[in-house]
Amino acid sequence: MAEIYNSLELEEDTQKDRYLTFVIGNECYGFEIKHVTEIIGIQAITEIPELPEYVKGIINLRGKIIPVMDVRLRFKQNPIEYNDRTCVIVVDVKEISIGFIVDRVAEVLSIPEADIVAPPQIHKGTGNKYIRKIGKVGNEVKLLLDCDMLLAEQEAVELSEVI
Amino acid sequence: MSDQYSNEPLMEMFLFETSQLLEQLEQNILSSEKESGFSEDSINEIFRIMHTIKGSSAMMLFDNIAKLAHSIEDLFFFIRKEKPEQIDLTVLSDLVLEGVDFIKTEVEKIKGSSPADGNAENLVVTIKNLLTELKRMNAAPAAAFTPIPSGDYAYKALIHFEEGCEMENIRAYTIIHNLKELSKEIYYIPEDIIDSDESINVIRKNGFQIYLKTDRDYRKMHEFFMQTIFLKDMELLQLEDTEFAQYNKPEITPEENLTKLSIGKEVSQVEKPVRTDQLEKEPTTTNTTQSIISVGVVKLDKLMDLVGEMVIAEAMVIQNPDLKGLQLSNFTKAANQLNKITSEIQDIVMSIRMVPLSATFIKMHRIVRDMCKKLDKDVHLEIIGEETEVDKNIIEHISDPLMHLVRNSVDHGIENTQERLEKGKSKSGTITLEAKNAGSDVLIIVRDDGKGLNKEKILKKARENNLLFKNEEDMTDKEIYNLILLPGFSTKEKVTEFSGRGVGMDVVTKNIEAVGGTLSVDSVAEKGTVITLKIPLTLAIIDGMNIKVGKSRYTIPTISIKESFRPKETEIIYDPDGNEMIMVRGECYAIRRLHELYKLKTNITKFSEGIIIMVEQDEKTVCVFADELLGQQQVVVKALPHYIQSFKRIRGLAGCTLLGDGSISLILDVARMFNR
Repeated sequence: MAEIYNSLELEEDTQKDRYLTFVIGNECYGFEIKHVTEIIGIQAITEIPELPEYVKGIINLRGKIIPVMDVRLRFKQNPIEYNDRTCVIVVDVKEISIGFIVDRVAEVLSIPEADIVAPPQIHKGTGNKYIRKIGKVGNEVKLLLDCDMLLAEQEAVELSEVI
Repeated sequence: MSDQYSNEPLMEMFLFETSQLLEQLEQNILSSEKESGFSEDSINEIFRIMHTIKGSSAMMLFDNIAKLAHSIEDLFFFIRKEKPEQIDLTVLSDLVLEGVDFIKTEVEKIKGSSPADGNAENLVVTIKNLLTELKRMNAAPAAAFTPIPSGDYAYKALIHFEEGCEMENIRAYTIIHNLKELSKEIYYIPEDIIDSDESINVIRKNGFQIYLKTDRDYRKMHEFFMQTIFLKDMELLQLEDTEFAQYNKPEITPEENLTKLSIGKEVSQVEKPVRTDQLEKEPTTTNTTQSIISVGVVKLDKLMDLVGEMVIAEAMVIQNPDLKGLQLSNFTKAANQLNKITSEIQDIVMSIRMVPLSATFIKMHRIVRDMCKKLDKDVHLEIIGEETEVDKNIIEHISDPLMHLVRNSVDHGIENTQERLEKGKSKSGTITLEAKNAGSDVLIIVRDDGKGLNKEKILKKARENNLLFKNEEDMTDKEIYNLILLPGFSTKEKVTEFSGRGVGMDVVTKNIEAVGGTLSVDSVAEKGTVITLKIPLTLAIIDGMNIKVGKSRYTIPTISIKESFRPKETEIIYDPDGNEMIMVRGECYAIRRLHELYKLKTNITKFSEGIIIMVEQDEKTVCVFADELLGQQQVVVKALPHYIQSFKRIRGLAGCTLLGDGSISLILDVARMFNR
């Protein structure tokens, strides 16, 4: 019994404090690994009219149709051409499957809780609210994203569109 | 019983069975009420149903249901036995229906995996009171038969076993063996059951007769006998002591002037789920259950999905880009064969999911009855074409709206009796519920002969709520009537229990639109109102025409395409606002450019280069301009991801589908293309 319990804990442990990091522009961001289901190369995207710019459309993931969001555009940065390093990170949040388009995927990192700090309390621009925590790895800084916020904020967008 | 029984399949069985029984019960009561009296058959059936529900719910540890069922069972046991003449029919049926409602809510709770914690104490008490009342009122005849509780009863039982169950004598012996614990004196024919093989034949031919004395009452004994394995038929009679003595050396069965209760096979039909399989073999009950199995909807959905995937996969193979331009006569032949088979499979799978509307329609009887009572109206519900079949998913979506419509008709449409008589109409109003097939759609029509819709009132209300979308003078009657379908519209000044909250029609419209259906209203003052629902037979697979605009691909349901053509630049008419129209055979149609509508980049903007597809829906026609037609294909409709849908409803998109090459095509919702 105790063994089973331990192994369960172990499995939890392998995902704990681990982050998939990716690059957009000059910055390095991270998702909690437990949300990530897979990483795929960029593929044909079917555009859907009348959606915000950052929602690029839908893709066919082995028969499952999922929406894709360009994180670069989400952060209101300038779009770049997709190339062979462009990746789609497929994430499951709150039973929604969604793909995030990023410039390139970096690596999976372990960032112990001790090295994670809250973001500074300066609210300028839009990007800040998506960043939940900041992780320190050596001299570098990884911006850890909040998947929920990336998705949830759309209600505000909708509202502003109505007005 | 113990916890180990409360596992999943058993629970599913319980829920399924109970809800079926409840429906049966409800129908039974309603029809009895209509005939203003319970026939012996229906009393027996109600008793049986309650008995079964009591048993199975006690088994599943739902004590509150069991208790309630038990009290109703007691009540009907009394009625069945004593046939009291002074029964207040309405009180009785109200009580039972209340009981049914209680159990229904409990079952719903269980389905939603929340604890069935309803309290039926009050109801049980009311039922018990009624029973005492009945007993008191019918005391005189009852005294003759109601045995004194502590006394010994004598019974005669005649048992027939299932044909081909073998070893009848051993089975008979088991009964006797078990009986010995309960009874004081037992005699049986044939007597030499164990010693002589001949007894088997006797039992097969004449049945197995038992005479016994016991202190158990009739019901307990009946229960005991009904538990016998391979039981086909059982007759249990209560005897007077004197008669019993006479049977000590039993001869032939005389005519009894006693409480004769012959319990046919059907009584035991659902008593214990384990026995049903044997019962179905019984030739006397000519039900067709034998050739029917019940399958979980989840499995069917899965099958449906798989067939959908198969259709796509087939298209992927046959329309594979690698094959382009090759001459493959054998391949084509084989492909055609495959195509034939897949479409046949598709049809079958579709037909499996088709369910007749009758269950949904019949539910309406109850609603009409309850409402008539509350509102003091006299309404007759007529049902036509209830055998029409619709996809299971769709039925689920239309049952609520239909209920709303029927309620509305009773509440708002039909006048009360006095008013009707003054207007020279028949005393009772009629609501007709009709279903029929029309191409790939099903029409469901709710018609009443009430007072009809009041145009003035509707217009006034619409004005107040700012719902008018064009000049009042320009509106046709039908357009005015259809105003009531808009959100936030309710002409009823008073909010009643049943309708008039102003959400009714709005919700109805939404629900119907959710399954791709449409709704229209027509009415004639003082003659009545007709509401027509048009719903598609099925949602999952449609015939579609794929078209191309720029890099994007779209699919239009073939059913709504009238024709396609390439117009000459000169045929286009421009109105002062720059809207484009085209004249085709004397009719003028508006043109919608898809690339403008969806802001797509395309090189083809001249009419002479692209193609116009004329689409029709609900008697409205529009011309859609696209780059080119790609070809016709069966497509599996998939919903857009929730995330996409959660942005405001995207105009004119019904869903998406996968094309043969794995790319995604968006399905145009033709009905929505008109309202821009």
